[in-house]
Amino acid sequence: MSTDSIALPGGYEASRPLVDRLHEWVTTVDHKRLGILYILFALFFLVVGGIEATIMRIQLIRPQNDFVSPEVFNRMFTMHGTTMIFFVAMPLVFGFANYLVPLMIGARDMAFPRLNAFSFWLSAFGGILLYFSLVGANGLYGAGNAPDVGWFAYAPLTAQTFSRGHSTDFWTLAVLVSGFGSIGTAINILTTILCLRCPGMKLGKMPLLAWLNLVMAGLVLLAIGPLTAAQIMLSLDRYLGAHFFDTQAGGSAVIWMHFFWIFGHPEVYILVIPAFAVVSEIVPVFSRKAMFGYPIMVAATVAIGFLSMAVWAHHMFTVGMSSNANTFFVLSTMAIGVPTGIKIFNWLATMWGGKIHFQTPMLFCIAFLFQFLIAGLTGIMLSAAPFDWQLGNSYFVVAHFHYVIVGGILFALFGAFYYWFPKMTGRMYDETLGKLHFWLFVIGFHLTFDFMHVPGLLGMPRRIYTYEPGRGWDTWNLIVTIGVCFQGLGILIFVGNLLWSRLKGKLSGSDPWDAWTLEWTTSSPPPAYNFAAIPTVKSRRPLWDLKHPEDPDWKYE
Amino acid sequence: MYRQWALKLLVVICWFGTASSAGTADPPLSPTNIFAPASTPANTIFGLSIFVLAVTATIFVIVFSLLAYAVVRFRKTADDDGREPPQVYGSNQVELAWTVIPVLIVVALFMATARVIGSVQKAAQPSNAIEVIAIGHQFWWEYRYPGLHVVTANELHVPVSDPEHPTPTFIRLLSADTDHSFWVPRLNGKTDLIPNHPNSMWIDPHETGLYLGQCAQYCGTQHAKMLLRVYVQTREEFDRWIHEQSQSAHLSDAASEGQHIFETTACINCHAVAGTVADGRFGPDLSHLMSRDTIAAGAAPNTAENLRRWIQNPDAIKPGSRMPAMELSDRELDAVTAYLTTLR
Amino acid sequence: MSANVVTMPQRERNWELPSRGHVAMFALIIAESAIFVIFVVAYLFYLGKSLTGPTPKQVLEAPIFYSICLLSSSITIHLAVKALRVGNIRSFRAWWFGTIVLGAAFLYGTAHEWHRLIYKDGLTISTNLFGTTYYSLVGLHGFHVIVGLICLSTVMAFALLGDVQQQHTYRVDVLSLYWHFVDVVWIVVFTVVYIIGR
Repeated sequence: MSTDSIALPGGYEASRPLVDRLHEWVTTVDHKRLGILYILFALFFLVVGGIEATIMRIQLIRPQNDFVSPEVFNRMFTMHGTTMIFFVAMPLVFGFANYLVPLMIGARDMAFPRLNAFSFWLSAFGGILLYFSLVGANGLYGAGNAPDVGWFAYAPLTAQTFSRGHSTDFWTLAVLVSGFGSIGTAINILTTILCLRCPGMKLGKMPLLAWLNLVMAGLVLLAIGPLTAAQIMLSLDRYLGAHFFDTQAGGSAVIWMHFFWIFGHPEVYILVIPAFAVVSEIVPVFSRKAMFGYPIMVAATVAIGFLSMAVWAHHMFTVGMSSNANTFFVLSTMAIGVPTGIKIFNWLATMWGGKIHFQTPMLFCIAFLFQFLIAGLTGIMLSAAPFDWQLGNSYFVVAHFHYVIVGGILFALFGAFYYWFPKMTGRMYDETLGKLHFWLFVIGFHLTFDFMHVPGLLGMPRRIYTYEPGRGWDTWNLIVTIGVCFQGLGILIFVGNLLWSRLKGKLSGSDPWDAWTLEWTTSSPPPAYNFAAIPTVKSRRPLWDLKHPEDPDWKYE
Repeated sequence: MYRQWALKLLVVICWFGTASSAGTADPPLSPTNIFAPASTPANTIFGLSIFVLAVTATIFVIVFSLLAYAVVRFRKTADDDGREPPQVYGSNQVELAWTVIPVLIVVALFMATARVIGSVQKAAQPSNAIEVIAIGHQFWWEYRYPGLHVVTANELHVPVSDPEHPTPTFIRLLSADTDHSFWVPRLNGKTDLIPNHPNSMWIDPHETGLYLGQCAQYCGTQHAKMLLRVYVQTREEFDRWIHEQSQSAHLSDAASEGQHIFETTACINCHAVAGTVADGRFGPDLSHLMSRDTIAAGAAPNTAENLRRWIQNPDAIKPGSRMPAMELSDRELDAVTAYLTTLR
Repeated sequence: MSANVVTMPQRERNWELPSRGHVAMFALIIAESAIFVIFVVAYLFYLGKSLTGPTPKQVLEAPIFYSICLLSSSITIHLAVKALRVGNIRSFRAWWFGTIVLGAAFLYGTAHEWHRLIYKDGLTISTNLFGTTYYSLVGLHGFHVIVGLICLSTVMAFALLGDVQQQHTYRVDVLSLYWHFVDVVWIVVFTVVYIIGR
């Protein structure tokens, strides 16, 4: 990485012009910078998506509210879902993968640095395109409309008849384009892991983060294709008069659901497996113990990868599939709960007998464990199809998946932020502010998403801009909305902490956490070439071996 | 031990969703509480849900306790000597155990679930079942009773069913436009209405009363106000209702001016009034409009004042509904409202 | 930037990992296959479900000759790479050119068939479900052939300028993998559309 200053004659130093530094960032092909770009991009859209959620929650704070019109509300939940999945969660996942994978496997960069940059800018363009719809689309209700068909855009609501204008097409194109970026990044991650590991790092010696990102990349390759195909079909329907989802011509609305969820279910594993990866790196370090059961963790993740392609229709239990089809998907969905659940036991066993340090990264990971447990259990409830016939499409489902994505994935990624911030910036974040962020966010998260299960149990469907009084939903919705304030405050403190610490934080050194994987052997931040010399490793924790020559890992693995 | 837990849980849930024995009273927490079943399929689902909740609650308590214990017991103490704890890389027996047990739990859950799927989805339609065809529209419900020559909208009437001699209602679910979903939690889980994909569901409510629900699949702007009202009546009341609904509209001379405006404006393009020239099917059938408690699929109570407001500008009550404002003058509005209020 | 960097030990080892180009191309092929699978599923699902219009039996004639052209181009590209590997540039250029010609012939055949279907048989993408699924599936494949031909032609241009040498065998080999994929997809599409579908 080049310095920000230029040495001048006479021993003076001048700061390199801002334009030059920006140009470097825009044209970078360095995986570390691209990783940071992905993460910053995601953080920006996290705030935007959070504002959309806040608008919805204010509208729902009491029955028959008129804070926003139904048209605006419907756009809000569409944009919120699309933004959070495609322009927050995916970029965060790719950002951390980009930054960490080459460092952790002892490589100098990703396999294809220019493809890496191209993929990032494709995804960024997708995000901008989606939001351009606010000014550019010509929706049914006048100029300047975002898409309002829900993030899963069910046919035939997306047909020209029911969604005139171009708002739906902004959704289609933005997601399509960012999908190509995702495929590019997945190819990169997969190739990097398979082809650029440092000597001695056999597949069984890679850090778990590398393994899990490998599985994630494979899933991206399999899952994005169906979405791309479905969106091409939708566009053909809308513009060339094709009949893929045209029920009047004998087409099927259900087949859109199949195609979408063949993408949609693996997608959530694409998001959660990197969260597992991060937790699998942080929990051992802060428990001062090796990961318990590395081979099973790998095997379980691979199993999850395969199984995740066979569960998709549990999103369609109410659609009227045959009882045989419903039964099959109940079985496959419950089955996938097994490898997912035993991971919790592995993390528990890692902490067991250890010495747990409660710094911010670990706090977030501990919360992850409790919350992911609950999320998984509500998932089991939903997997029992008849129970889903009541719970499906209600606020119970909304609570469940936010529990997974916010309580699980986002919490784990917050942990990742704090854990690797010193490596990325060379400075420590402020621990007090970090803990404050944690507690505020935990309180807010639970206020919102614990209580959100209740209206679902009491019959409140999702995607409604208002509701009747007298259904017993009022108080619960109020509590849910109040939780938003705490979460918002937590995010503000988080962003403030990052900015302030980046400028003024204490220097961290190369290994502030006394950790064991390769990224901690190089400086903070690492030089452009990552390592002065490509290392050779003998075990899964090369730094542990160096620090404990009398008791190295490779004796026990 | 497990049974005690399950029973305790059952008590909690029953409190949560007590259906009072005086059928028409709402359960304490909500009239749409899924834990207050009033019909066989809802009951069957309720039974399964208790089992699933008991199992998941047990798992939760056990794992939560272990996690909490670990976090407290193995924390770094203030007087820590800085040495690393013993490194344990795995244990085949432990890992086998905590794989096998979840697999067994999955098998149990799966078998219970498969049984319920069969019993609800494959229930045979008895010969005395009431047949209804429900057609979902943006944003209202059309109901036809084919054998009984009734076409109505938004308020579904069914006879109460005696568990000893059941008279269930079997509903065929179709859609005229986008996807919808029929969800009246106390009577059954939801089933979607999807164009070109007919579905069917059945209910056999055990108590008379009004059961509420709403559309549960996003169908467009006014998805939120596509409400469901199911009136469960005694057999006599139901038969009387059928008889009245199957008649032509009761026309009155006093309302002829309104009828004339209705029939010469675009109203008849969408609406039908049996026994007149109005034969439109795009909107709700109005032949017996005044027999309904609400208008616009539950969006407003059915009063003359609301009717007038609705005809004047539907967007004032349900913005984004498919009915356009007909730009009628005040006099015309009064006349049409007067006409409609005679349609009992 | 901090000073306490740790230098890891390095040892000379026999450390062989798969080549980047092949792995990446296989990954791309997997992703593309996922897209094709969905179009094939749609085609099979909608067989016999068209409400109107010409049926496959009525209008489809298996393009045997042009399919042989395309599949032969897999052989020619293989021979081209083989020639380049031993440094026989002239042979490489000849076989490579042959591949392009065969690929272009296939495209011509598709265009010819579509012209007949549209103007003589009245089948377009909006006619019925068969038209929708047929044109999209065959068209998606044809699009991939076009992209492949563009890449092949680019290499041809470099080859004619004398810029393709033996040391470029690896890259040309990776590209040929894509071309083989396109051919395999055609085998699947041909089977689904002209054999199963009729």
